[in-house]
Amino acid sequence: MPAVHGGERRWEAEAAPGMAAARPLALLVLLVLGPGGWGFADPPRDSLREELVITPLPSGDVAATFQFRTRWDSELQREGDTDHYFLRYAVLPREVVCTENLTPWKKLLPCSSKAGLSVLLKADRLFHTSYHSQAVHIRPVCRNAHCTSISWELRQTLSVVFDAFITGQGKKDWSLFRMFSRTLTEPCPLASESRVYVDITSYNQDNETLEVNPLPTTTYQDVILGTRKTYAVYDLHDTAIINNSRNLNLQLKWKKPPENEAPPVPFLHAQRYVSGYGLQKGELSTLLYNTHPYRAFPVLLLDTVPWYLRLYVHTLTITSKGKENKPSYIHYQPAQDRLQPHLLEMLIQLPANSVTKVSIQFERALLKWTEYTPDPNHGFYVSPSVLSALVPSMVAAKPVDWEESPLFNSLFPVSDGSNYFVRLYTEPLLVNLPTPDFSMPYNVICLTCTVVAVCYGSFYNLLTRTFRIEEPSTGGLAKRLANLIRRARGVPPL
Amino acid sequence: MGLLSDPVRRRALARLVLRLNAPLCVLSYVAGITWFLALAFPPLTQRTYMSENAMGSTMVEEQFVGGDRARGFARDFAAHRRKSGALPVAWLERTMQSVGLEVYTQSFSRQLPFPDETHERYMVSGTNVYGILRAPRAASTESLVLTVPCSSDSTNNQAVGLLLALAAHFRGQIYWAKDIIFLVTEHDLLGTEAWLEAYHDVNVTGIQSSPLQGRAGAIQAAVALELSSDVVTSLDVAVEGLNGQLPNLDLLNLFQTFCQKGGLLCTLQGKLQSQDWTSLDGPLQGLQTLLLMVLRQASGRPHGPHGLFLRYRVEALTLRGINSFRQYKYDLVAVGKTLEGMFRKLNHLLERLHQSFFLYLLPALSRFVSIGLYMPAAGFLLLVLGLKALELWMQLHEAGVGLEETGGGSGPSALHPPAQGVGLTSLVAPLLISQAMGVALYILPVLGQHVATQHFPVAEAEAVVLTLLAIYAAGLALPHSTHWVVSPQAPDRGWMALKLVALIYLALQLGCIALTNFSLGFLLAATMVPTAAVTKPHGPRPLYAALLVLTSPAATLLGSLFLWRELQEAPLSLAEGWQLFLTALAQGVLEHYTYGALLFPLLALGLYPCWLLFWNVLFWK
Repeated sequence: MPAVHGGERRWEAEAAPGMAAARPLALLVLLVLGPGGWGFADPPRDSLREELVITPLPSGDVAATFQFRTRWDSELQREGDTDHYFLRYAVLPREVVCTENLTPWKKLLPCSSKAGLSVLLKADRLFHTSYHSQAVHIRPVCRNAHCTSISWELRQTLSVVFDAFITGQGKKDWSLFRMFSRTLTEPCPLASESRVYVDITSYNQDNETLEVNPLPTTTYQDVILGTRKTYAVYDLHDTAIINNSRNLNLQLKWKKPPENEAPPVPFLHAQRYVSGYGLQKGELSTLLYNTHPYRAFPVLLLDTVPWYLRLYVHTLTITSKGKENKPSYIHYQPAQDRLQPHLLEMLIQLPANSVTKVSIQFERALLKWTEYTPDPNHGFYVSPSVLSALVPSMVAAKPVDWEESPLFNSLFPVSDGSNYFVRLYTEPLLVNLPTPDFSMPYNVICLTCTVVAVCYGSFYNLLTRTFRIEEPSTGGLAKRLANLIRRARGVPPL
Repeated sequence: MGLLSDPVRRRALARLVLRLNAPLCVLSYVAGITWFLALAFPPLTQRTYMSENAMGSTMVEEQFVGGDRARGFARDFAAHRRKSGALPVAWLERTMQSVGLEVYTQSFSRQLPFPDETHERYMVSGTNVYGILRAPRAASTESLVLTVPCSSDSTNNQAVGLLLALAAHFRGQIYWAKDIIFLVTEHDLLGTEAWLEAYHDVNVTGIQSSPLQGRAGAIQAAVALELSSDVVTSLDVAVEGLNGQLPNLDLLNLFQTFCQKGGLLCTLQGKLQSQDWTSLDGPLQGLQTLLLMVLRQASGRPHGPHGLFLRYRVEALTLRGINSFRQYKYDLVAVGKTLEGMFRKLNHLLERLHQSFFLYLLPALSRFVSIGLYMPAAGFLLLVLGLKALELWMQLHEAGVGLEETGGGSGPSALHPPAQGVGLTSLVAPLLISQAMGVALYILPVLGQHVATQHFPVAEAEAVVLTLLAIYAAGLALPHSTHWVVSPQAPDRGWMALKLVALIYLALQLGCIALTNFSLGFLLAATMVPTAAVTKPHGPRPLYAALLVLTSPAATLLGSLFLWRELQEAPLSLAEGWQLFLTALAQGVLEHYTYGALLFPLLALGLYPCWLLFWNVLFWK
């Protein structure tokens, strides 16, 4: 089940409930081995469902999530069980998302960007947003209850958040044309389902706060991340919607603009930073916020830290509300230099309405000089920690029928009625390592050569010189004369 | 390698050093001072140049036009500030939110070790407000800071106005790759220190502050802004930071580039730049600027909020708007455009600023002296100490050798071998006592302020300063107390050994200081070295004593104050100078406790005891 997530821009979970925090490019690779046949029992059947969900965020911005799902039947893999031994986890802390990522991604779509929802995917608009995340998921899906045969599902998602502050000049109204500079004209001919969902949940009691144009034919209600949501549904296959004016330009107007109050805070959010200064030591701190008024819940924290930050595991401290918080489970796999990073996994119980601080000290390693990146003074990235939690929900959710419910429900899996699953990525970090001045080798060579030359020279001198005791000089002419006379007289010389 | 040198020739060299010692010392000292004075002249100063590629070749177009908006913000801010009597936190929060920033506040409190009479504060508590502009589609790993310090007097309103107007302008742009933090601190540098410590989650100075809610990754560069008028005649830039740290020269080059581009009048140390470097005028003016920079860097105090950022390896400088009587004035748009340009270029940075010099002296905004060129000046001065120490060592050595060679003919030489041992142990007492004086000087003034205020009619701050001076002066009484402990048996060996140790101690200290803070090292060397070299218990003692007192660290400080005001063309009278001296003492102690400035402990624990050793040598019996 490979899944590739490309995302950029930290997205505040606080500002946008319902969107995960910054999703780094994470690659979960399952090496599929085993006696899987590559035969084709049936000709592959494509079925495409496409969907656009537009959510006005409490912060005033507008989030748009595209999803395209294709499913085909094949005999790619028969054996069901996956061996976790082959599970690999890798994270690239930074990947610049740009049109070079978007174009091949669009080519995977059956209608490319010619028809259907994908006409809206215009790069120059999509990259003028404040958040952009695109992903490709491939997974096997059982075709029957006993899972004797398998279909493959390719799901492509693209989430963008439009900055209402820049585009709307302070107004929070939006329309498809203003956001994408395109309107919808027809569904993709290959699609079996093509729908647009607009979140029209009114946060106030009266229903008259906003107005969508054209009026929706149907609405859809569901519990998303613990809150009840209402969506206006526009089915592009419904000829009435398109035929009226040959195009569909959805518009939303706020009759009474939502108050400028603080947006509702999600129950779980997190923050991560490097503390300390200097190039020797530092501390990785992760703050976990549980804002639920009365429920505590456990969180699984997964940290992968590169080996060049040498973690001191004995300094791992977890404090909530000023007291030490003992994790119920810790898995630590130490790093090996140049081979594998540290892996730290903990299950931490977050008390209700609290901030939990997880901190661990590290020492910055000195790399070999060829191991520095071409821009060593930029710093080195440390990948985000991953938080997985079952967050208690306020509203009970009914179990979901995956086939019937809209696609976007797959973004918010619900485990049971009282909890919902959240996976958060904290922000990646930039850590400066002690960086040599790279003109230093030259200086070092010069210095070493000088030292060697001086030492060698003097040792050579010492070894080849012959030493002899020098007689004191025999004095002046008078002394010599005196000695001559003394010798003549047979007296010992002076 | 001693084997290799010819003992006869070595002895000849030794004789040469001994015989020519005095002229060599004088020559070396004069060479050092001359070298330093020559630093302002073209072969030694070079034109500055941009080293960082990311900021060099590209050009940006400044589009800031929000001058009216800035003035409006400034007026509102001033009104709210007057009404509340403190930083209008709620108004700032609201306004920052309305221009589209993510706003957070941080409260802090600090009890100073004793009341700060210049800023009139003792128990300080305040709130910093900062808004973060999140760069679109970036992961908040890097950020830039624009900060405005607000103190209790109503200055810097226009700076806050400009900060808000710039924030509003920046918010509408899509090219940001780094987050930008707009920080308004209360109680000027104390607030900045509190915010920086909280941002890096460390506690260096014992300030109490609430943890920060919002962060934006590693700060790459910071600009502090001080602006108190709607129009400015010039922009002054301050680079000297805490403990003489300097930002990377490229940041200053960046500022200078935009000064030139916008046609702004920019000054350094409040001095206009001379364009003419071919005649004598330019270098002479450069020398004044250089001396001012040396004095400011030597003081080790942060000359603006930027100084505190440097500890965290954040390149920073402070821009001050000056409004003088000059005819031609610039409005806030010009200043805003300069800042916009600087931030856009800093936004281009791929790496931290590291290409250019970190250690330099500036005779002008467009000229610099690199470390390789100014270090010889300090080297020559320290050579005097080395030569003098060599002479003493040889005299001690040769005296011993000479006595042995004569073979026990006379009475005193028979006593010689034990005398050597006594000579060394006799050093322990003066060393310990002078060091103890240093420790007392460091600890007692602040510790004993309450005792002092109970027994004498003085305020705490005065008590601290007066105790400092009292302990300092008490150190001068030492020789009379130590000569009981010391019983020298050879008449000269005792003081020579002591002076040798003192010379080496001084040379080591000054060498280390000159490496980290050249200005301080040079200033101390220039004053302390000559007297340290000539001091001996014979000859005109009162003259030596007067010289020693005049070159003691405290007198150097006093002299530096006079020189500083003289260079600023605001000469001090004696009484004013004394007042300023007392204030500087109090500020020095306070800055050590509040920001971690190292000048006070350095003088109290290092140089003062060393100086006392020379005093001891002078009064050796």
